[in-house]
Amino acid sequence: MTDMSIGNASLLRLAEEEAPATKVRSYWQMVGYRLRYDYVTLFFAALIIAIVLMSIFAPWIAPKDPYKTSMAFRLKPIAFRDFWLGTDELGRDILSRLIYGGRMSLLMGLVPVVIATFIGGTLGVIAGFIGGSVNMMIMRTMDVFYAFPSILLAVAISGAMGGGMVNGMVALTLVFIPPLCRIAETATTQVRNLDFVEAARASGGSTLSIVGTHILGNVLGPIFIYASGLVSVSILIASGLSFLGLGVEPPNPDWGLMLSTLRQSIYVNPIVCALPGAMIFITSLSFNLVSDGLRQAMDVRM
Amino acid sequence: MTKISPVSTLSAAPVSALQPLVEVENLTVKFVSREATVNAVNGVSFVINPGEVLCIIGESGSGKSVTMRALMRLLPMNKTRIGGHMRVGEHEILKLTDRQLSTIRGSTISMIFQEPMTALDPVYTIGHQIAETVVRHEGCSYADGMKRALELLEFVKVPSAERRLKAFPHELSGGLRQRAMIAMALSCRPSLLLADEPTTALDATVQIQVLVLLRKLQVDMGMSMIFVTHDLGVAAQIADRVAVMYAGRIIESGPVKDVLMNPQHPYTRGMLASSVHSATRGEDIEAIPGSPPDMRRLSSGCAFAPRCAYADDACRAAIPPETVPGPGRTVCCFKAGATALAS
Amino acid sequence: MDPIETRPVPQLTTVPTGDPRDRGGPAQPLLIVNNLQKHFPIRGGVLNRVVGKVRAVDDVSFNVMKGETLGVVGESGCGKSTLARLLMHLIDYDAGEVIFDGEAVGAMRGISMKDFRKAMQMVFQDSFSSLNPRLPIEDSIAYGPIVHGVAKAEAKATARELLAKVGLRPDLFAQRYPHELSGGQKQRVNIARALALQPRLLILDEAVSALDKSVEAQVLNLLRHLKRHFNLTYVFISHDLDVVQYISDRVLVMYLGEVVEIGPVDAIYSAPKHPYTRALLASRLSFDPEDRVEEPPLTGDPPNPIAPPSGCRFRTRCPMAEGICAEKVPPLGKWIDQLSHLAACHVEDPGSGHTMAGKTALSRPSPAPKHAPKAKLSA
Repeated sequence: MTDMSIGNASLLRLAEEEAPATKVRSYWQMVGYRLRYDYVTLFFAALIIAIVLMSIFAPWIAPKDPYKTSMAFRLKPIAFRDFWLGTDELGRDILSRLIYGGRMSLLMGLVPVVIATFIGGTLGVIAGFIGGSVNMMIMRTMDVFYAFPSILLAVAISGAMGGGMVNGMVALTLVFIPPLCRIAETATTQVRNLDFVEAARASGGSTLSIVGTHILGNVLGPIFIYASGLVSVSILIASGLSFLGLGVEPPNPDWGLMLSTLRQSIYVNPIVCALPGAMIFITSLSFNLVSDGLRQAMDVRM
Repeated sequence: MTKISPVSTLSAAPVSALQPLVEVENLTVKFVSREATVNAVNGVSFVINPGEVLCIIGESGSGKSVTMRALMRLLPMNKTRIGGHMRVGEHEILKLTDRQLSTIRGSTISMIFQEPMTALDPVYTIGHQIAETVVRHEGCSYADGMKRALELLEFVKVPSAERRLKAFPHELSGGLRQRAMIAMALSCRPSLLLADEPTTALDATVQIQVLVLLRKLQVDMGMSMIFVTHDLGVAAQIADRVAVMYAGRIIESGPVKDVLMNPQHPYTRGMLASSVHSATRGEDIEAIPGSPPDMRRLSSGCAFAPRCAYADDACRAAIPPETVPGPGRTVCCFKAGATALAS
Repeated sequence: MDPIETRPVPQLTTVPTGDPRDRGGPAQPLLIVNNLQKHFPIRGGVLNRVVGKVRAVDDVSFNVMKGETLGVVGESGCGKSTLARLLMHLIDYDAGEVIFDGEAVGAMRGISMKDFRKAMQMVFQDSFSSLNPRLPIEDSIAYGPIVHGVAKAEAKATARELLAKVGLRPDLFAQRYPHELSGGQKQRVNIARALALQPRLLILDEAVSALDKSVEAQVLNLLRHLKRHFNLTYVFISHDLDVVQYISDRVLVMYLGEVVEIGPVDAIYSAPKHPYTRALLASRLSFDPEDRVEEPPLTGDPPNPIAPPSGCRFRTRCPMAEGICAEKVPPLGKWIDQLSHLAACHVEDPGSGHTMAGKTALSRPSPAPKHAPKAKLSA
């Protein structure tokens, strides 16, 4: 610094004499503070955690083998002997299949969203930050996908590629890239024009360093909120694909597939038929409500 | 059909000359949220006579705008606790039903804002919006409302008013938009006009035009006005009386000339002294040190004490009561008038 | 002092000597701006074609001497903020050149963009977006040095040192986030951030406009002290004539993208030459309620910069406008030294053909003194 020694006395007089009345809290600490008092969100977050744990530890939790068929005990009602939730049309234990089914459904719900967030987010940030013709090219390509309803697109893609879980996940990923890309692009465009980004450019920061330090921190929030909302959609569409026979293949336990095969027995044992549907409903609702809670908690004016 | 009177005879609704038009007593406004309670206004009292202009001067967070919004009950009810008592004309503001309130808004009390775009609807023409207001309050035909709109635009000196009637808000410049908003606010002859920094966003050459216009309209129509500003120059230009607010209280009030030329409260003095108006180049400005207080945690003493050069233990212990240093004046300071202040 | 430099240089400000970064000597202006121009295209229609252009900055030339403060005043839309961003090279200019301490910016043999960025910094208006809400303020300040290769720990130490210099105790403030600061405190941080690269020239774009008056005074004092302390040169952009008068050595007045008047601050404020400057000065508000403006000095708003008037752009609002004003653009005149007082008005040019040319003293209403003297206030 030039002349750091002189003039300090005159600068001292201009000091801001104020003790901090507030505790220093970062943005994420603020969000955490708000979430702590949002009991609805906390409850459903706990539910999600429970479902996830249940799926991970399925082999230890499930009382029976989910693949073991039994011609003797077909379509038994709830609490039939030690089949606590009854049996399906092949005599397999519903409870065990529901516990194992969480694995497939969560996998189909989470993996496509995570991959799509990464790809769509990257494309969106690039389009938003660079702008111009790059933006035009990326966003117009995304618009093409927007022309189809998401479920139709998913069915069409997995139909073309053939059934199976992996193809189903690829189809779902392709479906979710455009909306995530658009969210990322919008958020980036907004942040790019703020004064602090201009200041960073004036300091000589490279594009990569500006994006890393100043853009990402401000756009990850909205992208994350949107992605968390997509998980429930993904679970629903994945179940739909399985229901149509395009996703998980029998005899693997999957909630959508179970719903599909049990529907023929709806007049024999309606409650048992509804159970996979209920699981899909609860999981998807939990993800939705947690996403809403996050949105509220993260909407801090700063 | 109701016959509407021509603009030339526009004048405020008659109010008994014996009593003040506005009486505010011990107004308190608190914003309550889970995280904190913000004490925005802490016991504000004032009266305004018919045809008088009161300027409320204060910095951001002083509670000046909140006071005015409370008068029109524009604050979000679920998060706000309003105490005290407010009377405008014969209306007890806090006791009005929502229906009565919407009748009074626009006819008895009208408001103009800093940013006209918040008051004007972007999808309708200026003429349509003014006419609608007139029709709603006077019950006349739309054609008559349009006629009145044209008269009003001419009244607020909008050039080529006929053409502007058909203009959308975004097609007008800042100054014209402000005039259009003033025309709309005046369309039903309010007896009280609330102005929330209406000239702050305008350029200097346009600001002076709007100020001169507002003062002329106010005199011609004989209406009262509360004008909120942070700019002492604007207050000097338009006010009859001024009230200086700090941390949700009126700390000094009186006729504009007395307060601005002979301030008694150290804060008012500080504001005048720290203005670059009177500063000499090459010398430090006598700035008031520190920052305004945190309205979530106000001390039990005088809120200005931490920034005040004259403060002592008495100031930090209790809130100074209102004293009357001269005719029509009030000041809230233990040290006002004391020799310590005479420089 | 360079012994070869014998020609006396008329100066308003003393140039501090001995700055190791100095290259051109005291007489070399720190910044020379020649014929700078920026037109923003307006796109519209089905094919997104250019249907018009906003003439934001049009043929602007001026010099900034070492150690001085050049005030730039004008109303909204006059192009002063665009000018700031052009000078900072945050947006590209269409034509013209910027020369920093004798070296053209970005040219083959001139100063590199990297060095230029270090030498010239900008303080933005305090707004919700002037600081990154997700970074502690010391990280915001340290960002510039870090991208220029300073080690992280060292950059943070400098940031804390700078916080102390702008009057914020580092132990209390360094780890805070922008939303925990008041407007004045945020602006102090903005100033510290601009100083982190040890610039020689600071562009202050409406740096105090959003602040409360009592805080504005604090920040202005701080800016004056920092200027001396760090041997800075300021370009101070503001719409507030009083602030500009207080802080500037010279003043440049802009109207619709053009320079209409430039000169030493006292000359501009006591004897303005351009009718627009006179109107601006007359629009200032006195603190004395008995000194009220009864007749606005100008009517109407500034015209649209998309289609500015021909000839002199001020003629549509000018009380002295004549035929010649619509036909010919009035020249600003030749800048000689710091004391030059120039105005782009035909009345100022005896040979222009304007009927009032040459006899301006009579027709020119001198602005009334607008200041309530200090003595009066504390009476």
